[in-house]
Amino acid sequence: MTSELTVGTGAGLDTADMVLNIGPQHPSTHGVLRLKLVLDGERVLSAEPIIGYMHRGAEKLFEVRDYRQIIMLANRHDWLSAFCNELGVVLAVERLMGIEVPDRAVWLRTALAELNRVLNHLMFLGSYPLEIGAITPVFYAFRERETIQAVLEEASGGRMHYMYNRVGGLKEEVPAGWTTRARTAIDQVRRRMPDLDNLIRRNEIFLARTVGVGVLSAADAAAYGASGPVARASGLDFDLRRDEPYLAYGALDVPVVTRTTGDCHARFEVLLDQVYASLDLAQTCLDEVDKLTGPVNVRLPKVVKAPEGHTYAWTENPLGINGYYLVSHGEKTPWRLKLRTASYSNVQALSKLLPGTLVPDLIAILGSMFFVVGDVDK
Amino acid sequence: MGSVVGDPIKFVLNWGRRYSLWVFNFGLACCAIEFIATSMGRHDFMRLGVIPFAHGPRQADLMVVSGTVTDKMAPAVKRLYDQMPEPKYVISFGACSNCGGPYWDSYSVTKGVDQLIPVDVYIPGCPPRPEALLHGIMKLQDKIAGEQSGLGGVNRTDVKALTAPPVRRP
Repeated sequence: MTSELTVGTGAGLDTADMVLNIGPQHPSTHGVLRLKLVLDGERVLSAEPIIGYMHRGAEKLFEVRDYRQIIMLANRHDWLSAFCNELGVVLAVERLMGIEVPDRAVWLRTALAELNRVLNHLMFLGSYPLEIGAITPVFYAFRERETIQAVLEEASGGRMHYMYNRVGGLKEEVPAGWTTRARTAIDQVRRRMPDLDNLIRRNEIFLARTVGVGVLSAADAAAYGASGPVARASGLDFDLRRDEPYLAYGALDVPVVTRTTGDCHARFEVLLDQVYASLDLAQTCLDEVDKLTGPVNVRLPKVVKAPEGHTYAWTENPLGINGYYLVSHGEKTPWRLKLRTASYSNVQALSKLLPGTLVPDLIAILGSMFFVVGDVDK
Repeated sequence: MGSVVGDPIKFVLNWGRRYSLWVFNFGLACCAIEFIATSMGRHDFMRLGVIPFAHGPRQADLMVVSGTVTDKMAPAVKRLYDQMPEPKYVISFGACSNCGGPYWDSYSVTKGVDQLIPVDVYIPGCPPRPEALLHGIMKLQDKIAGEQSGLGGVNRTDVKALTAPPVRRP
C-alpha cells in the first residue's frame, strides 16, 4: 500500500515534517557548519547543529609540537583573529615559565590585538549584510581590511597568520616609522567607516530583516556560555579586557559596547561600535609605544620547557572568550593544551534560537552569531 | 573527437573556456578568506574572467578548494565535484588542500584534495596571497589554451584510477 505524503505547502492542512540539511557546503554558513532542520512548511521545528567537518585535531597536535611551534597551529583555529589566538598561548607559557615581558612588547601586543579585532569585525560587517542580500557593504569592509592588513603585514610579514608573538615578547622590533603608518591607516579607516555605517546600520530593509529576529535573552546567553559580541548584545556586560585585564588593558579605559535587545540587529551594532572603540584603543596604544624604548622580547633558552604545573590563560578574543588550559609535565611539549573557543559556545545557542523561526530568518540568525567554523571544530 | 575538430574551432573553444570560468568556491578554512579578498575590489579576479556567482557546482566550470579537507568533509568534496559539468577544472588553493599543510600529521585531515579529485593547479602558501591565486588562475588559463579539447570537453585520463580501490580482491 502506498501512502500519499504532502511536504511543505500542500492542499491539506496537515503536512508532513521535512528534514532539511543546510550545509555542510552552503553559501550562508560561511564555512562548513551543517544544520539538520526539521521543517513544518517554512517554519523550523527543531535545529541541530552538526559540527566536526572542520575538525583538524589541533589539540592533539599541540602535544607533539614544542612551544615555539604551537603558536603556529594556535593562530589557525580562528582564522580571523590569528593574533589574539597566539596571544593566549604565549600568555599561558609565559605565566608558567615566569617570564616578565618587556613593556614595549606588551603595548605593541595590545595595539596589534586591537587592530586584529577590527579586522575580524570588518569581515563580519561585510559578510553578514551579504548573507541577507546587501552586496555593497562587503566591498567597503574589504577596502578597510586591506588598509589594516597592509599595516600588520609590514610588521609581521603575514596577511592573516601573523606569527608575530613569541614566548617572551614579539618576533622582532617593528620597522622604523611603523607606528606613524599604523596611525595613518587607523585614521583612514576611521574616516571611511561612515561609508559602511551609513549604508547599513539604519537601512530599512536591513532593519526589517534583523530587528526583533533571533532574540537571545541574557539568561540564555549565560546558560550556554556565550561570550563576546553575541553575549554583550544580549546585555551580558562582560569583557575580560575590563573585568580581568591582561596585557596593558589594565592601564587603558576599555569601553564595553553593550546592547540589551539581544536580536540580530543588536549583535550587528555591537560589532559596528566595537570597531570604533578598538580603533581608538589601538591609537592610544600606539601613542604609548612611541614613548617606550627597549627590547620587545626576552632571550630564551635553546629549548623552551615550561616547568611542571598547569595554568589557564583566557583572553577576550574578537568573537568571545578564548581560553587555553595548559598542563605541563616539564617537557618541551605540553602534556595537554585544552582549547576553549568562543564560537563553540556561541553556536550552541542556535538550537535554542532557531526553533519556531522561519527559514529566511534562519539565515539572518545564523549569520548574526558571528562564528568561525574552525573555532567551533578546532 | 579531438581529431575531428579543426584548429580554429579548438582555439575558439579554448578561448571561450579560459576567459569564462564560473567559479565555485569550496571555502573550507582560512584560505577562503583570501579567496574572498581576491574577489574584492583590490585584486578583483573578475577582470581575468573568473566569475564568482555560480549558484552551485552544477553551474560552475572551476572549483577552488580553499582550505583544510577533513576526512568527514571528503565525501562532500567528491560529490560536489561529480556534480560539476564537463569541462571542469580544479584549483587547490593553499597548503592544506595541497598536502595537508600544517596538519600533515593530524588524524582527521585528508592529506591533499588530490586524493579525491584530479587537481589542475596547485597554489602553495598558508594561506597564499591573493596575488598567488591570480597567478594560479593565469596558469590554469594557459593550460586551458593548450588543451586538445573537443566539443564534448576535455579528455581526462585518470578519473577512473582515482576512484578505483587501491587493492583488488584476488
